[in-house]
Amino acid sequence: MLGWELPPHHAGGMGVACYQMCKGLANAGVDIEFIVPYTAEHNIPFMKVTPAHPQTVEEVKFAGGVYDSKYFSKHNVTLHKNKLDLRKQHDLYAHNVAKLAENAEFDVIHAHDWLTFKAGVMAKLVTGKPLIAHVHATQFDQSAGGHGNPEAREIEYAGLSMADQIFTVSDYTKKVLIREYGIAEDKIHVVHNSMEIDAEIDESHNLHQYLQVMKSNGYKVVVNIGRKTIQKGLTHLLDAASMVVAKNPKILFVIAGGGEQEDELTALAASYGISKNFLNVGWVNGKHLRDTFKIADVFVMPSVSEPFGLVALEAIGYGAPVIISKQSGVAEVLSNCFKVDFWDSHQMTDMILSLCENEGLAKTMWQNSYNEYTSQSWQKSVDTMHSRYHHVTGACV
Amino acid sequence: MSKSVVLYLHAHQPWRVKPYSVFQAGTDPFYFNDETINVETNNRFIIDKVSEKSYLPTNAALKDMLLQHPEFKLSLSITGTLIEQLEEWRPDVLQSFKELVATGKVEIIAETYYHSLAFFYSRAEFVKQVAMHAQKIREVFGVTSTAFRNTELSYNNDLAYWADEAGYKAIITEGWDPILGWRSPNYVYQPSYTSNIKLLMKNYKLSDDVAFRFSDRNWSEWPLTTEKYCHWLSETDGGGDVINLFMDYETFGEHQWEDTGIFDFLRKFPEEWLKTEGHDFKTITEAAESYRSKDFVDVPYTITWADTERDLTAWLGNDMQVDAISAIYEMEQTITEQTDPHILADWRKLQTSDHFYYMCTKWFNDGDVHAYFSPYDSPYKAFMYFMNTYRDMTVRVINSGNNDG
Repeated sequence: MLGWELPPHHAGGMGVACYQMCKGLANAGVDIEFIVPYTAEHNIPFMKVTPAHPQTVEEVKFAGGVYDSKYFSKHNVTLHKNKLDLRKQHDLYAHNVAKLAENAEFDVIHAHDWLTFKAGVMAKLVTGKPLIAHVHATQFDQSAGGHGNPEAREIEYAGLSMADQIFTVSDYTKKVLIREYGIAEDKIHVVHNSMEIDAEIDESHNLHQYLQVMKSNGYKVVVNIGRKTIQKGLTHLLDAASMVVAKNPKILFVIAGGGEQEDELTALAASYGISKNFLNVGWVNGKHLRDTFKIADVFVMPSVSEPFGLVALEAIGYGAPVIISKQSGVAEVLSNCFKVDFWDSHQMTDMILSLCENEGLAKTMWQNSYNEYTSQSWQKSVDTMHSRYHHVTGACV
Repeated sequence: MSKSVVLYLHAHQPWRVKPYSVFQAGTDPFYFNDETINVETNNRFIIDKVSEKSYLPTNAALKDMLLQHPEFKLSLSITGTLIEQLEEWRPDVLQSFKELVATGKVEIIAETYYHSLAFFYSRAEFVKQVAMHAQKIREVFGVTSTAFRNTELSYNNDLAYWADEAGYKAIITEGWDPILGWRSPNYVYQPSYTSNIKLLMKNYKLSDDVAFRFSDRNWSEWPLTTEKYCHWLSETDGGGDVINLFMDYETFGEHQWEDTGIFDFLRKFPEEWLKTEGHDFKTITEAAESYRSKDFVDVPYTITWADTERDLTAWLGNDMQVDAISAIYEMEQTITEQTDPHILADWRKLQTSDHFYYMCTKWFNDGDVHAYFSPYDSPYKAFMYFMNTYRDMTVRVINSGNNDG
């Protein structure tokens, strides 16, 4: 298995999805060796995590990750002479994975997203083993429906073409590959993500003291967690927030995550005159992250183009009803939620207000979505992957 | 013909807010206590730095000048927030200010204790802060001020009317051309709609020659010598009565570093100016009392001494600044109703205009003056930290209400 990140060293949802997926596969008896581009502690009991080379997480993160295709270029200007840029990290990883593959015993190469596709292809060429390309997000999604970085897109296309089989995290993404990349439909199989929140760690005390006090004074809290980029549609959420606050000033909006839109969103909230109701929280993890999920009365995921959207399932797991954009993969597996076109901030306003102001609606929606969430296990996806593994290995013998 | 130099220096330091996360809101009621070594949000670090570079050497020079030249006089203002910090960490520096005032030739100008823009948001709060400042100046220096300046020399007819009613003899502002029209800043004026008070307006050209251009090697007049400068002062406007040189205290040693020769320039200044018969120095109140007003000056809208616009846009020019300051003043009633003195003091410290200045986005294209004076990476960070302290204030007010009840 080839991937660029795993918890706790992940920057976005992809690392979480890989972790959860491997846990399911391992339970089903699949023997996994997961190769990451750095050397670090993971403490993952169910699979072997192998470093492709001895660099630290910081060195790799400095160059960027799967979400940073904007830094990927043949003509990259290296800011720090002693550090590798994203393109060099990418090539180095491919080179080392091919070396590792030569001497390893395995049946299938399973590569996650474009940064590992070259490595997957090289390993395939060296060993003749079948390659499965797993698509969590495409350049099309990350540029919110644009072209994305042409060099990264080229790699995506090459990887997808060379792959024996392709997994996508949703039917939505499958259609993107057919429509935007011209990939044959019968090569693509949908493997929905699922989410399992680790057993409760003592969490009586929430770190959001301010929000706790405000909630006990009748305020409601609307949360979004994710990277602050154009893909996530947060400006539409702020547009809705301005209308929500005009109708009910006792609703607070918390937007957590890093990203290049951080300042833009702060300025936008001020231009709507809702700074008092808008908490722009930076990147959070660990207890800060869990507590941000937990403080939510409503969770909104207004993504412009979201291959899956695991974060919505997480939010349900932590106890909030969710509003998700129709342009997301998770909309395919979830019924008990509000679904809205990402651009329809008026309807988003209605949904936020009704969830904040009707306890009965919020409770019913959440309870039913929680039932969906618990029944949504990896089993079905694991079965699909298993049968495809058999298919490709059989075909190659 | 007599001609008077009115030298006025303004000393101020805010209580800078530390990098304050939303996770601290509701748990950490201390906003101004960054003790991290060598960071610009560490108030003690800044006070030490500015004391060594500016306040101490400037006060040493001024003291010598006052003792050597009986005719040398000046006016100064010092904010409550600076006095508090000097009392806490640098009583030696406060002592050096006291020694200047003790010569009897240094007038202290009245202002708001917290260097706030309260005049434009709450008259009651403004009056309270002016009274607090007067009280503090009496306690520390044993004098009562008779001239008034508002924060950043912000000024309009309403302010002049208020100051007149309050009994001040003089008020000062920027000598801004659109207001002056064909008139010269080198005379004493009277604000429109007032009965007694006089108005002194800064000669920004001659003031900025020292405050901004002194060390600029691209300036055609560099290097500026005391002789050349005093020649300009003599020549300007033929028969002007006063030359109002208003600038920040930190001009000396902090904005213009010692190695630029600024202190030598300053020390030679009285002797050079006084060489010519009829030249003297006056404090602001003395100038107002010595010269007749030449005209009424009408200022229907607010002017300040900042930036090329000379308005309040450095503090209230973008939406973040407006949101932040509104949030603070909207709390006024609930804050002043409750009894915890710490909450009240912190609320007032958050009114200091510098907090809003740090949120200014003009510096992205308008030179680096704002960036130089900000302790934060960006105006957005400044805004976020400030709003998080506002959130903590909200919680403290709620909790204190609960305790009272």
